[in-house]
Amino acid sequence: MHFEYNIEGGDFSKAGFASSQLKKVLKQLITDHKVVKRTVVALYEAEVNVVAHAYLGVVIIDIDTDKIKIQINDKGPGIEDISKAMEEGFSTASEKVREMGFGAGMGLSNIKNNSDDFKITSEVGVGTKLEIIAYLKTI
Amino acid sequence: MNIKEVVDIIGGKLICGESMINTEIERGFASDLMSDVLTLDSDNVLLITGLANLQAIRTAEMSDISCIVFARNKKITKEMMELAKENNIILIECASSVFKTAGKLYKAGIKPVF
Ligand SMILES: Nc1ncnc2c1ncn2[C@@H]1O[C@H](COP(=O)(O)OP(=O)(O)OP(=O)(O)O)[C@@H](O)[C@H]1O
Ligand SMILES: [Mg+2]
Repeated sequence: MHFEYNIEGGDFSKAGFASSQLKKVLKQLITDHKVVKRTVVALYEAEVNVVAHAYLGVVIIDIDTDKIKIQINDKGPGIEDISKAMEEGFSTASEKVREMGFGAGMGLSNIKNNSDDFKITSEVGVGTKLEIIAYLKTI
Repeated sequence: MNIKEVVDIIGGKLICGESMINTEIERGFASDLMSDVLTLDSDNVLLITGLANLQAIRTAEMSDISCIVFARNKKITKEMMELAKENNIILIECASSVFKTAGKLYKAGIKPVF
């Protein structure tokens, strides 16, 4: 199965739309609710990061019999020092983002913890790409 | 402890989730930071927060949190209610501070997540 969703930077009211859709699909397919939760939490954090830190993005989801692959690609400022951004507590979130309940600097490490495979690449001034994989035992 | 007892103990007002009043709650967590909430891996968690916006509801949806108490007299909007209903999330308003609300529930036997 293949799904694609757009994300608009700055628009918090729609942040979580893709994760919500994915959760509805996964609940029908997967009985292990821990896998569902881990995967949608990872995507939700990634969606919020696009809304909070980038200009626009796209979520590409491929569900296979053995794995769920999610790519989140954005156009935005990019990340200069990825290892620093991955540290718990590091955040450049604006006041507006903090008022929305984000900006703890926990998102990227939480995405990593909630995925079986996690890749992040970024180019300053261009954008950031995330790949999240959850392996499935049976589907 | 079920939701009805929670509402009584904190002197709260059940805004949404009438039909789920018998839902059992085991643990509680209090935070205004949604990324902290999203790191929890326990189930049957009740969230106490002063953050009244759509992202609090979305966070509960993703984290399988069944009940949110909005403390500090924060008001639940129509959009929040709609999203909560769609996802079977119970919403409670409460005039007390987060500290007082959490204290009452802790004393009554709700366990901390950690
Ligand atoms: N898509 C992105 N584009 C540009 N910068 C990003 C992106 N994602 C993360 N960052 C940078 O990495 C930092 C850390 O991200 P992380 O998700 O861990 O924390 P946060 O978003 O600041 O807060 P939290 O996720 O806890 O709400 C961000 O503050 C930001 O500087
Ligand atoms: Mg983040």
